[in-house]
Amino acid sequence: MPEGVWVKCVGCKRIVYEGQLIENARVCPHCGHHFAMTSAERIAFIADPGSFAEIDAALTSTDPLGFTAAKPYAASLAGAREKSGLAEALVTGRATVAGHQVVLGAMDFRFIGASMGSAVGEKVTRAFELAVAERRGVVFVIASGGARMQEGMLSLMQMAKTADAARRLSEARLPYVSVLTDPTMGGVTASFAVLADIIFAEPGALIGFAGPRVIEQTIRQSVPKGFQSAEYLLAHGMVDDVVPRGQLPARLGLVLDYLAGANGGGAR
Amino acid sequence: MTRRFTMEFERPLAELEAKLEGLRRIDVTANPELSGEVEALAKQIEELRERTYRDLAPWERVQISRHPDRPKTQEYLDTLFTDVVELHGDRLFGNDEAIIAALATISGVRTVVLGHRKGKNTRENLARNFGMAHPEGFRKAIRAMRLADRFGLPIVTFIDTPGAYPGIEAEERGQAWAIAEALSVLAGVRVPVVCVGIGEGGSGGALAIGFGNRLIMLENSYYSVISPEACASILHKDASKAAEVASCLSLTADRLVGLGIADEIVAEPLGGAHRDPAGVMGAVKERVVAALRDLLPLDAEALVAARHERVRRVGVIEEGAG
Repeated sequence: MPEGVWVKCVGCKRIVYEGQLIENARVCPHCGHHFAMTSAERIAFIADPGSFAEIDAALTSTDPLGFTAAKPYAASLAGAREKSGLAEALVTGRATVAGHQVVLGAMDFRFIGASMGSAVGEKVTRAFELAVAERRGVVFVIASGGARMQEGMLSLMQMAKTADAARRLSEARLPYVSVLTDPTMGGVTASFAVLADIIFAEPGALIGFAGPRVIEQTIRQSVPKGFQSAEYLLAHGMVDDVVPRGQLPARLGLVLDYLAGANGGGAR
Repeated sequence: MTRRFTMEFERPLAELEAKLEGLRRIDVTANPELSGEVEALAKQIEELRERTYRDLAPWERVQISRHPDRPKTQEYLDTLFTDVVELHGDRLFGNDEAIIAALATISGVRTVVLGHRKGKNTRENLARNFGMAHPEGFRKAIRAMRLADRFGLPIVTFIDTPGAYPGIEAEERGQAWAIAEALSVLAGVRVPVVCVGIGEGGSGGALAIGFGNRLIMLENSYYSVISPEACASILHKDASKAAEVASCLSLTADRLVGLGIADEIVAEPLGGAHRDPAGVMGAVKERVVAALRDLLPLDAEALVAARHERVRRVGVIEEGAG
């Protein structure tokens, strides 16, 4: 993008130049609002330079149910691929983070709201399996609207599949750190995303199971301000910490140090 | 004849039945010309009944799955099991009436029973939150799963929920965290897990106690990633398109057997399980006991591995070159 391009910050309504955003890891220099990042930006920001090697790059969902209600799913998939240049809503690969050998995954909200269908579930599962096979830790940067409804029960079952895979990593005593970013909802929150040893969240991120609109329709009143924000979840004991993006790489490195058996004991 | 709750698609049939009932109250000996009419109407009703209940559309099955007179978890527990010891509470926050956990015996087999608990009437439904669990419900289930694992008791679950409760308190107490943990624990228990879909299988709240070594579904039960109404309101901004969406979601028992997610179907009488609760519950008992007999000889590792393989293979993907 050219230097001169600017956006109005949704946090403080001030003008922010694209160049400033790139320099500042897409955090508003005025108010600290965290803008969304693509999976590629996430990986470049967290992985040690040049360390990321993608796996399962061409793995993708099909339209197994022939889902045609409203917009045909096949068309949604084609549109998402064109818009994002990605095969699916999750990018995974081997990487080092602060020198630690890990499997790193980042979800991409541009791809059908980073919803989890068969392909995302399969990639998550393979990431955990690769980590077990190669004795690596796992780092996932999460963003998702939830299970991908256009694949019906095949999507719902990915919750069980990924939860099972995370459990097997845990049984192998390998570390798993997840970073919940805006938004993390539904079936992704309620499966592998929160089964991590350490859960970090980005400031202001919306995180939960049922979305605010669904809740408002159910209880017929509006939800309180700040409901389901990262800070709200921290106060209710659901995440280990809220970490501003600028501090995230160092913080990930530090917890991976601890979980790798910093004193020569622990995980083997 | 007691008034029965009439589902939308049954209305034309119900109207004819009411008309017939009216005619039959009239003294036919005084009006001999009516006997022919009664006979014709009875025949018409039989034909319509056949057409109404054969080849039900997915949305019609969803309506049957929600029928208020349909046998519920509590009835299965009371009817099919003996020596029941209900286990209350999650030892953390409270006791959620929307999920039941119990020690219970079926055909001589000691088990842990888990189930979503809908009520039979408004009073019961208010107490049980219409079978929609809060985190403490799932955490009670997790506690019972761990108990089953420690003491080698097979787990039998009854799935019947519109979904996990979408409310402020539920989110505050970690609804997603509770469901995720239930999935993880259920995947890892070293005992047989037999699940029975008896009514509604609504999303993550159903899945939390809804996968195992065997999934038996009643003919008119459903299991879905999202309720047809919620899906319709997201896709069409119109919940009344639920019928169309229900056909797309592949949520019926036969479709789920086709997708390799459900294993077997228990047939229901014409019109639904509420027409013959005892018969349906008896058939469920047979299948559950048969499944337990198949699974009980397997050792712990084989059971966990089998459950893992079942979930591991679910999904349809394409791997392009590159």
